[in-house]
Amino acid sequence: MKFDQASAGGSGLAGLTERLRGLLGPDSVIDDHQRLRTYECDGLAHYKVRPAVVVLPADAAGVVDTVRACAAAGVPFVARGSGTGLSGGALPHADGVLIVTSRLHRIIEIDPANQRAVVEPGVVNLDITRSAAADGYYYAPDPSSQQICSIGGNVAENSGGAHCLKYGFTTNHVTGAQFVAPDGEVVRLGGKAPDPTGYDLLGAIVGSEGTLGVVTEVTVRLVRAPEAVRTLLAAFPTMDEAGAATSAIIGAGVVPAAMEMMDALAIEAAEAAVHCGYPDGAGAVLIVELDGPAAEVEQQFAEVERHCRGHGAFEIRIANDDAERATFWRGRKSAFAAVGRISPDYIVQDGVIPRTVLAEVLRRIDELSRSTGIRVANVFHAGDGNLHPLVLFDDAVPGEAERAEEVSGAILDLCIEHGGSITGEHGVGSDKAKFMPRMFSESDLDTMQLLRCAFDPDGLANPGKVFPTPRLCGEVPGRHKGAHPLQETGIAEVF
Amino acid sequence: MRAVEDLVLDTLAATTAARRAAEGDRVDGVEPRFVASPTTTAEAAQVMRIAAEHGLAVVARGAGTKLSWGQPPERVDLVVDTSRLDQVVEHGAGDLVVHVQAGVRLDVLQEHLAGARQRLGADPVLPPAAGSGTAGGLIATATSGPLRLSHGAVRDLLIGVTIARADGTIAKAGGKVVKNVAGYDLGKLLTGSWGTLGLVTEAVFRLHPLPARARWVSVPVTSTAAAHEQAQRVLHSQVVPTALELDRPADAPATLAVLVEGIEAGVEGRVTTLLELLGGDAGVAGEAPPWWGRAPWAAGGVALRLTHEIAGLPRLLDAVDDAGRRYGLRPAVRGSAGVGVLYAALPTEAEPEAVAGFTRHLRDSSPAWSGDVVVLDAPPPVKASVDTWGPARGLNLMRRVKDQFDPQRRLAPGRFVGGI
Ligand SMILES: Cc1cc2nc3c(=O)[nH]c(=O)nc-3n(C[C@H](O)[C@H](O)[C@H](O)COP(=O)(O)OP(=O)(O)OC[C@H]3O[C@@H](n4cnc5c(N)ncnc54)[C@H](O)[C@@H]3O)c2cc1C
Ligand SMILES: Cc1cc2nc3c(=O)[nH]c(=O)nc-3n(C[C@H](O)[C@H](O)[C@H](O)COP(=O)(O)OP(=O)(O)OC[C@H]3O[C@@H](n4cnc5c(N)ncnc54)[C@H](O)[C@@H]3O)c2cc1C
Repeated sequence: MKFDQASAGGSGLAGLTERLRGLLGPDSVIDDHQRLRTYECDGLAHYKVRPAVVVLPADAAGVVDTVRACAAAGVPFVARGSGTGLSGGALPHADGVLIVTSRLHRIIEIDPANQRAVVEPGVVNLDITRSAAADGYYYAPDPSSQQICSIGGNVAENSGGAHCLKYGFTTNHVTGAQFVAPDGEVVRLGGKAPDPTGYDLLGAIVGSEGTLGVVTEVTVRLVRAPEAVRTLLAAFPTMDEAGAATSAIIGAGVVPAAMEMMDALAIEAAEAAVHCGYPDGAGAVLIVELDGPAAEVEQQFAEVERHCRGHGAFEIRIANDDAERATFWRGRKSAFAAVGRISPDYIVQDGVIPRTVLAEVLRRIDELSRSTGIRVANVFHAGDGNLHPLVLFDDAVPGEAERAEEVSGAILDLCIEHGGSITGEHGVGSDKAKFMPRMFSESDLDTMQLLRCAFDPDGLANPGKVFPTPRLCGEVPGRHKGAHPLQETGIAEVF
Repeated sequence: MRAVEDLVLDTLAATTAARRAAEGDRVDGVEPRFVASPTTTAEAAQVMRIAAEHGLAVVARGAGTKLSWGQPPERVDLVVDTSRLDQVVEHGAGDLVVHVQAGVRLDVLQEHLAGARQRLGADPVLPPAAGSGTAGGLIATATSGPLRLSHGAVRDLLIGVTIARADGTIAKAGGKVVKNVAGYDLGKLLTGSWGTLGLVTEAVFRLHPLPARARWVSVPVTSTAAAHEQAQRVLHSQVVPTALELDRPADAPATLAVLVEGIEAGVEGRVTTLLELLGGDAGVAGEAPPWWGRAPWAAGGVALRLTHEIAGLPRLLDAVDDAGRRYGLRPAVRGSAGVGVLYAALPTEAEPEAVAGFTRHLRDSSPAWSGDVVVLDAPPPVKASVDTWGPARGLNLMRRVKDQFDPQRRLAPGRFVGGI
């Protein structure tokens, strides 16, 4: 609301840009049309918005200054890390400031004695592991984009990765943050110790997709590198069998470090791209990685092998060294990009289902694909039911993009129908806000907005993301629900 | 006056079991007027609506094992007793998740789950004599026991939550899949909110397989430095401990104990490694030491929570000794040294001024170990003389959150940090 006034005032944005130049220095502020184009989208390239201004602060103080200046001018702002997000979360606001954290890339401290690292938000995920490796530690959450995505983006998205099945998601590994609220208040939440006094605001911020403020420093847990790691690749005739093997392994009480599955189409794409040499004729490939104390890993490895064979695996390969392990993973990790080899265009979907309905949902996706003629390749985190269907289409064929969109949406409906989620790791962003009401009731969404209003009453932090219709923060909760049924009927009734 | 009371009670009773409060319903000394015991989320929400309608202050009660923790509420009109919200709604054994009503007792739940060789990775910090608490109480107090080192805290185990808000609106967040980033993680916000943001009516937890074998390796530790060195040795090793606990009674030598779990062969090997790591005095047992998973205080005593960065352990213990000497107190300390959460007990008869001084001294020196000092429970004169919660960073934002969820301040008013 404030923002309209500011832009109506005419000088709002222009004045702000000058002010930012003064605060951050001219080199940190971009408003040149050509250069702004670099920032007009994130990893979801079909949404594009050119921001009014981009700032690249050199330190946390620069971020704070920027947020404060935005608050004073009533101008919205969007944080951006590496821009690898796949849901349009870092999509700029046309009349707002894009705060890019790429220059905030200092690793402030690696502290093995406390099993923590303190880093700036623009630090690349993998760099934490690289810095901690010498001490025998690593940072566990490992999105496939870990070589480029920022820890700030990970915090905002609560990112996952192949190893989250056993080790948990970003939210389980962040113990502290310094954070700028949308009104410019700087808050330090948590630190190296657990359970800071009061509400778990840090838990609320992780996964909030930049809508509650900007993270300027992050303290993460470091995990002791395991004694042994063993990786196995099993080829099955069909997805049904691979799915059943997955359930059997988990059902036996084994918790693999990772459990990833690919279907025939995904395998075909990976072969075309990186020649990973997966077994011929496989309808599904399952990669299972175990880690931990050597003796445990050996015994459980044998158990995993038994379950795979028991459910129809016709070939099992075991990595004997890191190089072989890397080959198994190369196919899997390159699968997204590889799909480009077999289809001119594709949508990366991200939905979650309970693991036990994996086989059924995959069958339904297959039916959907057959009935619409839209091919769907499946690559996913089988262990936690996180599907990444790749919906293939050719934009040059009239109507095909629309049909692909429909199939993609129908897959999310399948996930909801089976008690799952519309996103397991890529976030809601701009892309899925419209699906939120399918998963959550109006009251659920209204309740989430209470949190938003507490942090950001003026709606300046990444507006338009996550929620289809933001609530007006001035409203008194519950008052807009109509008459109290007790009053109406004069007697209490259960509903 | 009487008539209004009767009307409110009738209205409540038309929804669910409700009665006038009795002596035993006091909440940390504060007398409520009514008790309602809903059996479903819908009933609970209706009760909350009625409370809103009549401006009743509400305190939730599970099994009542920690009802005296926190500050006494400024007022209570209605106790919402969750003991009839006691159903296991769905145990998705194949998905390692369980959906329960908030009043389900944790001992009953664990027994149920054990049938499928699974467990909720939460364990008690109170002795069994205190009785089992409920899932709702677990979420509201977010206190963690030994398993936290390997299984995470309550916040990490909770994947879905349903609440009845102060105005009676039913809302859920999360769901029943482990991996889920749709919308805000309100479960985290509710965890450890002490009933001040909403009434938890249902919860979904992730589960872990029950291990085939468990062994405890214990070693006496004679100094704070030794406790630290031994703990660090274990944490940086490859033995993957399930739990690492320290017990330092007021008047007996301290012990460090490590739990290892897993398959038979693996556990034996790790036990051997541990015995070597910890030195000649270490011993192994097939059962937990008697103090394991129990708070160090006696009923009516002063209960403190001391959090610390894990390598800050010796500095914290030294500060405890220092503060103890200064104020003539000899605290017993016990807890998860491998996580950074210790509990300390001061005797029931401790003078309020001494407890206040002790607490202040610890808080003043807390930057040395980077943690917080909270007085969880204490006799009323002690609570009155000490800032039980102590300072909290982000209090301004916390107040704003409270204002949004409970604008009329009717949910456990005054119970929580900063008078929230
Ligand atoms: C090839 C590929 C593979 C991928 N694989 C995975 C995967 O396995 N698992 C997974 O979870 N994701 C994956 N992703 C998605 C993406 O990498 C993650 O969402 C990542 O966390 C985004 O980080 P980023 O730095 O690029 O954030 P951006 O895209 O720049 O931003 C993402 C969101 O975070 C917000 N944000 C960024 N920085 C901050 C900050 N400092 N404070 C507050 N908010 C901030 C933005 O406003 C935006 O809403 C993949 C993406 C690609 C392209
Ligand atoms: C097998 C087992 C495992 C256990 N694991 C743990 C553990 O990991 N950690 C632990 O702390 N304890 C554990 N316990 C102990 C027990 O569960 C605790 O005492 C529990 O945390 C408190 O529950 P209660 O029902 O007694 O709460 P109460 O004493 O009734 O209430 C405590 C506080 O929570 C609030 N509250 C209670 N219910 C609700 C609700 N539904 N919504 C909102 N607020 C509510 C109350 O208002 C009060 O402030 C375990 C017990 C067993 C038997």
